[in-house]
Amino acid sequence: MEKPVLELSGVCKRYDALVAVDDLDLSLRTGEFLTLLGPSGSGKTTTLMMVAGLQQPDAGAITLNGAPVADLPPYRRDIGMVFQNYALFPHMTVRRNIAFPLEMRGIGRDEIGRLVDEALELVKLPGLGDRLPRQLSGGQQQRVALARALVYRPALLLMDEPLGALDRKLREQLQLEIKRVHRDRSISVLYVTHDQEEALTMSDRIAVFNHGRIEQIGTPEELYDKPETRFVAGFIGDTNFLSGRAVGVSGDGVCEIDTAAGRIRASTRQPIAAGATVSVAVRPERVVLAPTQDDAAGMAGTVVDVIFLGTARKYVVRLADGSECIALRQVSDRPLDIGGSAVRLSWPVERATAFPA
Amino acid sequence: MAPWRALRATLVVLVALFLLAPLVVVVVISFSAAPFLQFPPPGFSLRWYDLLFTTPAWTNALLVSVELLVPSSILATILGTAAAYGLVRGRIPGATAIMACLMLPIVVPGMITAAALFGIYRGLGLNGTLTGLIIGHTVLHIPYVVATVASALRVQDAQLEQAAATLGAPPWATFRHVTLPLIMPAVLSSLLVAMILSFDELIVSLFVSSARVRPVAVQMWSNLLGDFDPTIAAIATVCFVFALLVLVADLALRAGRSLRPA
Repeated sequence: MEKPVLELSGVCKRYDALVAVDDLDLSLRTGEFLTLLGPSGSGKTTTLMMVAGLQQPDAGAITLNGAPVADLPPYRRDIGMVFQNYALFPHMTVRRNIAFPLEMRGIGRDEIGRLVDEALELVKLPGLGDRLPRQLSGGQQQRVALARALVYRPALLLMDEPLGALDRKLREQLQLEIKRVHRDRSISVLYVTHDQEEALTMSDRIAVFNHGRIEQIGTPEELYDKPETRFVAGFIGDTNFLSGRAVGVSGDGVCEIDTAAGRIRASTRQPIAAGATVSVAVRPERVVLAPTQDDAAGMAGTVVDVIFLGTARKYVVRLADGSECIALRQVSDRPLDIGGSAVRLSWPVERATAFPA
Repeated sequence: MAPWRALRATLVVLVALFLLAPLVVVVVISFSAAPFLQFPPPGFSLRWYDLLFTTPAWTNALLVSVELLVPSSILATILGTAAAYGLVRGRIPGATAIMACLMLPIVVPGMITAAALFGIYRGLGLNGTLTGLIIGHTVLHIPYVVATVASALRVQDAQLEQAAATLGAPPWATFRHVTLPLIMPAVLSSLLVAMILSFDELIVSLFVSSARVRPVAVQMWSNLLGDFDPTIAAIATVCFVFALLVLVADLALRAGRSLRPA
């Protein structure tokens, strides 16, 4: 196993009564793109700031490249950082902004010129070197900030909601750019965002934060298909939550649940007692709709709306208890012959997860 | 609409006249040919300026004022900027209280400050010395620098300094390359204000100065106490022109900054 470039163990940070980060363990492998994902106030930015050395942990240890950094000020940690609001020096040209970290490292003038050109090339901004930051668009400014944080090849790149101030189209474009730069330079990235789609698009692994703790850490696929907590299931992607009462759990982790609309099955990774109230998470694209006369197991419902989304159709199904369940079908699939509007809902049992409610 | 606009214009003109009239009178009298203060003057001459720049008491006072205002305004600017930076950016316990203390020379009656300085200087042998005057003026004018620079620092994004730190800049380099260039207009402004205030300052100078080390304001004061002639109008005009030049310099600096691409 390769040595981690960054390791946090037992890190705590509190602001007066508020616990921002609670006993956090985390490690980042060399060359990995790890995203801290969570709602605002969940401790992800505080974690990033402590790695940067801009905030001090109250307890725990942070190790960068194998060496503890507790006593190192930010300027002596081998990191690069990209801020949400770019934080470009407004009185310096683009070139001087990018040259700044090189000047601080005492690199020669010729070498600086060469490295700055290379960095501008990397973020596809050659020719804009003599502009001032305020003469650039938001997307261009963030590219400059990225170039400035990469030009001295730090061991670790920290990014704090770098695309938060940009509009959707530009954001998606820059996500791919950042991904490309990450691949080309094979740098290690610790990325903070509250946007789950962004996290899914970019990350090798995602750590889902909630109330200063990591709920789950894993690849995008793992988090999406096998959420370990109800919070993760709800925070990542669209999910239907169906509530019911557990009837029993079989040895292979399949739980049978009675709901107002019928008996359903779901897999579970947590101990669930018979009779307990449970919440079942199932993705809309995993819900299979069938004509109701088909007398298989599953829930009965009524299609109340069909929405055309371009690549898919969204079926809004009302269940017996009045709650709604969403089902997605690709437009290219055989059109669903609903034959009226009463349907039966089912899914592969391993695609639904039951959580104690 | 129209009558209101006319009324407003009239008011503006009246206020401007009210503010400018005494100044105009003084400037006109300084060119008077009459041996006493008379307005309008019976004729014009440069005799009072001639007298001003040939009388040792006045030339000496002008020299003392320059020797006083240059070092004291520079000292006040350096110390005040350092204090503002530390108080606004640092995590100093009781920063608000310290800031309030630094502002005291503005709040406390000048007479009290002057008497206190006089008392302390007596023990140190600083009364009647240029050094004593420089220290006094520095203390008096630090609050103006602190207030100006602190407000410039507060509108300046502190994240820029954090960014500089992550890019490898130690605190001094960050201050030198990032913070200082961005607050430079405020620093220069407060330097110029400190110069004007120093040239104008009377109370502390009155207590601390001596017959040998006597700045312009004190010389004017003692001149006014005796039998005064239009020389006083001539020196007042000199003071006025000095302040005007400094203000123009300040404006030019600001205009230059906003025009320059950097």
